[in-house]
Amino acid sequence: MTRRHDGARRVSEVVLETAGLSRRFGGLAAVDGVSIRCRHGEVHAVIGPNGAGKSTLINLLSGDLRPSQGTVTLFGRDVTGLSSDAISRLGVGRSYQKTNVFLPFTVFENCRLAAQARMGSSMRFVRPAHAYREVAEAARRAIDAVGLGARADTPVAALSHGEQRQVEIAMTLATNPRVLLLDEPLAGTGAEEARAIVALVAQLARDHAILLVEHDMDAVFAVANVLTVMTNGAVLASGTPAAIRGNRAVQEAYLGTDEPGAA
Amino acid sequence: MTRGALRLVAVLALAALLLALPLLAEKYYVQFATKILIMAIFAMSLDLLVGYAGLVSLGHAAFYGLGAYALALLSPQYAGANLWTSLPLAVGVAAAAALAIGSLALRTSGVYFIMVTLAFAQMLYFVFHDTKFAGGSDGMYIYVRPVAAILGWQPFSLEDIRHFYYATLALAAGTFVALAVLLRSPFGKVISGIRVNEHRMRSLGYATFRYKLVCFAIAGGLAGLAGYLAAAQHGNVNPDMMGWHLSGGGLMMVILGGMGTLTGPVVGAVAMLALEVAFQGVTKHWQLLMGGFIVLVALFLPRGLIGLAAAARRRREPGP
Repeated sequence: MTRRHDGARRVSEVVLETAGLSRRFGGLAAVDGVSIRCRHGEVHAVIGPNGAGKSTLINLLSGDLRPSQGTVTLFGRDVTGLSSDAISRLGVGRSYQKTNVFLPFTVFENCRLAAQARMGSSMRFVRPAHAYREVAEAARRAIDAVGLGARADTPVAALSHGEQRQVEIAMTLATNPRVLLLDEPLAGTGAEEARAIVALVAQLARDHAILLVEHDMDAVFAVANVLTVMTNGAVLASGTPAAIRGNRAVQEAYLGTDEPGAA
Repeated sequence: MTRGALRLVAVLALAALLLALPLLAEKYYVQFATKILIMAIFAMSLDLLVGYAGLVSLGHAAFYGLGAYALALLSPQYAGANLWTSLPLAVGVAAAAALAIGSLALRTSGVYFIMVTLAFAQMLYFVFHDTKFAGGSDGMYIYVRPVAAILGWQPFSLEDIRHFYYATLALAAGTFVALAVLLRSPFGKVISGIRVNEHRMRSLGYATFRYKLVCFAIAGGLAGLAGYLAAAQHGNVNPDMMGWHLSGGGLMMVILGGMGTLTGPVVGAVAMLALEVAFQGVTKHWQLLMGGFIVLVALFLPRGLIGLAAAARRRREPGP
């Protein structure tokens, strides 16, 4: 276990780690030999231009895609090639870039279903689902965490796009994960909602390991402890926000001449 | 009256009508009502797959037929099988077959699932059609209906058409209630989630295949129950009971009545069988009329006949 001191805060062990992770689609290497580490209590942001392979990387970590090469280690256990449901049950929660929810169901039912996934087996056929108090409470907590309490009984299809993004995150939280994979949680949100989500991510970082893919550089530099920059499927640079900001290769490849996060 | 009270009155009136039917109606209608109830069980079981789990099966008659053949094979030639052992066995055989077929068919989805379920059902059809062990294409006769004897005591006799009707009514009502309970349970919520977004269900941690398989087996078992009753009622079984005609007919009942509801398939079964008789009285080309009717429902009532009631209710009490 790697332990180190980062300022005043002690950062604990690596919970999610990849080594030489690759995924090819035909001749294209969408993810090409990526090795990254996510630690408990830390936000690890992955940035890079469109098509850099960030979403593919998350899909490899969550089990939505199987890697062509390389390994994924979760809590010290090799989980390479496990299905998405198995990885989820091991304590990994992911949100999707394109809202991926149950549109006809209410906000509460979306989160209740998510929380129910953690009550062991759902092969229970008699007692009504809503009678499982612990599940309902976990759903309520997740809904309150994203600030959608007033909308709990509204069908998700009737919500604004920004609110649907919040449901997406609430569902992920309702599964009580220890590792969060957030794929552009701010995409399509208004300024107000975006601020709330950034604050939530910062708060969640205290007791989760978070891998964050995000295009909003202000948000990334506000919450990230570690940054990895990807281009063409490979890691261009990795380090603290300050180091990345000062990295010439990164500036040329991606960040442009404007200093990121300065606004 | 509030809506809840109105509904209670309607349900009680319907129950009273169903219970009184054998006392009021002629023999023919009691048998016809029994047939409708059997088809209602079949349609409800199919709707569990189509309307709730989003699994469009075109081979559901296979399990109906297996339930029917199970009774035929379990019946001694000149005596009735014991109801209390043969019924659970028939349901079990159908559920086990569904478990086996589902474990392969559920590896596909969408239009491939439709094709694979159809293919399995046709395979079973030809097994019974082309081999002699169950009478081949002629099928088998059941000369004596199952006997409801418990240690020599016989609470009712299925040879009496009224008793048969009440037994079928109890089983249909039981199926309805059991499915209503099931659909509110954690399991029911999972299969509805799978219908809406299976991908997300998996990423939430549900091993969706297992839930679909259990759902498929439950639906198959209930179809077997319907087949068992049909075999007992008609006194014979034949390969057509697992043919794609019946699978398609089941789908029509579900869609006609309104899928994704429990009353829908029941209404669909009533409508299909009643209209069949009504149209047959008009012309021998009655299937043309039936086809036209189904086209009209599909065009103007996308939610089925049950959607008509919902629309009427909305018109009466303008929404918020």
